[in-house]
Amino acid sequence: MSSGLTLTEKILARASGLPRVEAGGYVEAEVDLVMMHDLTGPLALDAFERLVERRVWNPGRVVVVFDHQVPADTVRSAELQRRLRRFVAEYGVRNFYDVGKGGICHEVLPEKGHVKPGDLVVGADSHTCTYGALGAFATGVGSTDVAAVLAQGRLWFRVPETVRVVVEGRFQRYVSAKDLILHMAGCLGEDGANYKSLEFTGSTVGKMGMDGRMTLCNMVVELGAKAGLVPPDGVTFRYLEGRVAGSLRPLYPDEGAEYEGELSFSVDSLEPQVACPPRVANVKPVGEVAGLPVDQAVLGSCTNGRMDDLREAAGLLRGRRVKDGVRMIVLPASQEIYLRALEEGLLEVFARAGAAVGPPNCGPCLGGHFGLLAEGEVCISSTNRNFTGRMGSPGAKVYLASPATVAASAVTGRITDPREVGGR
Amino acid sequence: MVFKPIKGRVWKFGDDVNTDVIIPGKYKFKTLNMKELAEHAMEGLDPNFSKKAKPGDVIVAGKNFGCGSSREHAPRVLKELGIGAVVAESFARIFFRNAINVGLPVLESKEASKETREGDILEIDLEAGVIKNREAERSYNFRPLPSVLLDILQSGGLVEYLKKKGTYVL
Repeated sequence: MSSGLTLTEKILARASGLPRVEAGGYVEAEVDLVMMHDLTGPLALDAFERLVERRVWNPGRVVVVFDHQVPADTVRSAELQRRLRRFVAEYGVRNFYDVGKGGICHEVLPEKGHVKPGDLVVGADSHTCTYGALGAFATGVGSTDVAAVLAQGRLWFRVPETVRVVVEGRFQRYVSAKDLILHMAGCLGEDGANYKSLEFTGSTVGKMGMDGRMTLCNMVVELGAKAGLVPPDGVTFRYLEGRVAGSLRPLYPDEGAEYEGELSFSVDSLEPQVACPPRVANVKPVGEVAGLPVDQAVLGSCTNGRMDDLREAAGLLRGRRVKDGVRMIVLPASQEIYLRALEEGLLEVFARAGAAVGPPNCGPCLGGHFGLLAEGEVCISSTNRNFTGRMGSPGAKVYLASPATVAASAVTGRITDPREVGGR
Repeated sequence: MVFKPIKGRVWKFGDDVNTDVIIPGKYKFKTLNMKELAEHAMEGLDPNFSKKAKPGDVIVAGKNFGCGSSREHAPRVLKELGIGAVVAESFARIFFRNAINVGLPVLESKEASKETREGDILEIDLEAGVIKNREAERSYNFRPLPSVLLDILQSGGLVEYLKKKGTYVL
């Protein structure tokens, strides 16, 4: 009798029309959804226009989101964005989220019901793996890959080895999914899961809300992983209610699925974690870097710009002030989140604390737009990368942490354990 | 399938060379002109790299080459400079895909990655899976890419491959 399949293998098998697939093999699979944004889209169109078929295989399965450099900050980016607007109009791509209509792609796609459990999703952005939180197999690809999918709806894939990641225990107050994934990066290294697919399970993941699951899956790429998945459960289906039209086709890992390996983590005594520059895997407990003065604090991004993140940070900032000499930038991940945060009074908390609240976009995370750092400056950030030069000057330093640690550090002006500001 | 032989001088880099140092984000937003962008290739590690590198030269690096963002600009600027191949102990997977899809040969060899020195001349046979280093009198075998990926590389990239074949031949 052949062994059971992992969720990863089941999704890739169904998408390839095969009864089973094996890790290490190559398949050609039909893609359920393809995403591109304002930065990677123009390059994909270049490649698309060089292909023979000047038609889009299925405009209903294409999503275009403007988030990286919006509203346009240069004439050149305005021109590139105009080119994409013309493309979506010409080819009838209705799932288009322009400035003020969407937000960051990795929040918009799940939020607007484009991603369903069991789907195979590709996007021209490395953090496409975020959608694994909904039980989809989602992975980042290049612009030429996207062009091939636009034309044919199909793409080549190497079937990744699947590793089961079991997470047990209960987070302490002000410790969250971000601390867990940073801790994992520290343990495994930035290529610790290279080419692999991580399937998360265990009581901690079961109790985690969708926001936390998206944070977790978002950063698996920082460990090199091709995808990170949470098998669908009650949390998933409640999240999908009212968002997704039509029937669902969820898949689950087989009992007795064969994993390449298993990793276990316990979060009971996990402390807030900080990834020190210039590597995401250079992770330390907050106590080891506490006291370092910061110039900027960033709350937002596809990793940590969701409601749970804003609520946690606002809880620490309510009735407090961002320290003089620190500029705090808050960017809700989407228009929907912006409105909910407005209704809940969170945006007022941030504004009264002296933080600059901006429109939903990727912001300073990738250093192409606003909120850049000068030589020698230090930033504490809820984003996902701290590479040299990532957020501006190559002489600046970016420390990655949870929303709670970012908010606490903004208040004190130094990297701070949020439990010291908020109480344990 | 006939590949042009790859032969060139080695430029050596370390582990975890990320796409932000291969081509910093601040440039890729400004233009899609690869010639212009290529002037900044590897700038994060060696500001003069684009002036020093000659067509056919080979990059040899450690593990996890190309980690970070999915920007296809990264392999494209290296190809624009005429880099013949990137040899590494391992690649980050999106960079690996992108390199194949734009026709930049990438291959994994732990031994070659460790033993090759800057300035050595490497000769690479992609189909046979052999790297020769004449100065060091060393030869390394590596597992050749599956035929579909060699086909894509030989066509000059995925677009050219699909134009020729119409679909994937796995």
